[in-house]
Amino acid sequence: MPQYLLSVHGPAERTPFGAYASKEDMLEAFAETGAFNDRLVADGSFVFAGGLAEAATATVVDGTGDQPVLTDGPYLEAKEYLGGFWVVEAPDLDVALRLAAEGSRACRGKVEVRPFQTPESVQEMLDS
Amino acid sequence: MTPPAVDEAITRAHREEWARVVATLTRRFGDLGTAEDAAAEAFATAVERWPRDGVPPNPGAWLTTTAARKAIDRLRRESRRDAKHQEARLLFEDDPPTPRGAIDDDRLRLVFTCCHPALSPEARVALTLRMVGGLTVPEIARAFLVQEATMGQRITRAKAKIRAARIPYRLPTAEDLQARLDGVLTVLFLVFNEGYLATGPGTDPIRHDLTAEAIRLTRLVRDLLPGPGGSTAAGEVTGLLALMLLTEARGRARVSAAGELVTLDEQDRGAWDRDLVDEGHRLVRETLAAVAAGGPPPGRYQLLAAINAVHTDARDARDTDWAQVVALYDRLARLDPSPVVALNRAVAVAEVDGPDVALALVDRLPLEAYHAFHATRAELLRRLGRSTEARAAYDRAIELAGNTAEVAYLTRRRGQLGAPEATSGRTT
Repeated sequence: MPQYLLSVHGPAERTPFGAYASKEDMLEAFAETGAFNDRLVADGSFVFAGGLAEAATATVVDGTGDQPVLTDGPYLEAKEYLGGFWVVEAPDLDVALRLAAEGSRACRGKVEVRPFQTPESVQEMLDS
Repeated sequence: MTPPAVDEAITRAHREEWARVVATLTRRFGDLGTAEDAAAEAFATAVERWPRDGVPPNPGAWLTTTAARKAIDRLRRESRRDAKHQEARLLFEDDPPTPRGAIDDDRLRLVFTCCHPALSPEARVALTLRMVGGLTVPEIARAFLVQEATMGQRITRAKAKIRAARIPYRLPTAEDLQARLDGVLTVLFLVFNEGYLATGPGTDPIRHDLTAEAIRLTRLVRDLLPGPGGSTAAGEVTGLLALMLLTEARGRARVSAAGELVTLDEQDRGAWDRDLVDEGHRLVRETLAAVAAGGPPPGRYQLLAAINAVHTDARDARDTDWAQVVALYDRLARLDPSPVVALNRAVAVAEVDGPDVALALVDRLPLEAYHAFHATRAELLRRLGRSTEARAAYDRAIELAGNTAEVAYLTRRRGQLGAPEATSGRTT
């Protein structure tokens, strides 16, 4: 079954309640997101999901040289950062888009849907 | 030398069978790119063989079979490298011929896949013209005034996305159908408008190749669409077709011999295409009857078609039932409160309540970058005798207009303004 990454992008500036304006908002979003996750598990589309700590906590590691070089902060400076994601299984994009719409409503963030490479698509690259 | 009859048969087969061949092969081989390449090869083979062997009795079946063989040959060649991956597809080889109804469904699937909302609007238009319309990449590039390489890339990228993201090749579910169909109609209307209001210097003011293609594809969608005639979906497709026909009907009268736009009130109504007008009116009556019979309320295309029916109903511009036009625009504005609709409504209001009332409406609209906004203001200001302001508005409209016939018209109107304010005969 094809897999899709549903990534949630949120503002760089966070409140004490993460991407949410108030504790109430946060609790509501958590509850709805939890319920959405339960549905994903129940219908068999759930692969993995997680929320990320704020972007400022990131460290970039460049191991392409002789010695790994560490840099503080996210890889790119941006107004919005990846805040969390789901990996889901779906038979086609329409199903993945429907799940993304539900997830977006639950967590109150925009969701990017991106297909994973498949064994077939990797094989095609190898053949080309 | 190809005999003309064979030439004509090939052209006709291309027009009538291209989408069917691509659609059938996409279902059989599960890939739009494979289907497109095989269809193109099959038509190339027809061009080579039909003059020699004669036109086959059933060109569509011949083309589909030939294309399927081409696709299988190609997959076999590839499968030498990658046997396991292609194996599944070759199982389709001995498929029995598909019954006609299922093939028609395939074409509708193809339309919905090409107009999928996950694709950019530009890609949807290009892909629809290529896969459903059968236009070549150079033809589409010319139609939209972009480089051939750019258009080729746009289509290739869209096909790659369909494949990688698995945009499904099937009809939308009943609950999605209306929204997805709206997307399809938007694509068809975009193609039509690009033909009807062709932009760019050196282009014909009306591109009949595009308007005709849009009408043909809209007819196709209307014929293929499942469900009762009274559904909102069916009503809007009929509305769009009527709108296109009533607009196309005026095409000949809309541009003068000198290549200048002729506005509705100045058109020679005898030059309108009577058959198209009649068919458009018949379709509008059909949608009105469906609404009257308790069907869903008319959507934007049905209302636009009805407005056009009011215009084409009048033997003379002076006989136009403007109050009816305003009433229809009122309904449209409730569905679509966009400033462009408000601008068109204001033009009708000018005929009922006078140019001063209309100008007050127009001046409120945030359409600074839209040439029609300035052209409308110019005409209203002119009627109010405010020549200096009218001239400035014409200047701006000419600057922004992309259609050659419109520029010619606006330039003449500006020229007729005559001298500055003091001698313009302003009645103050």
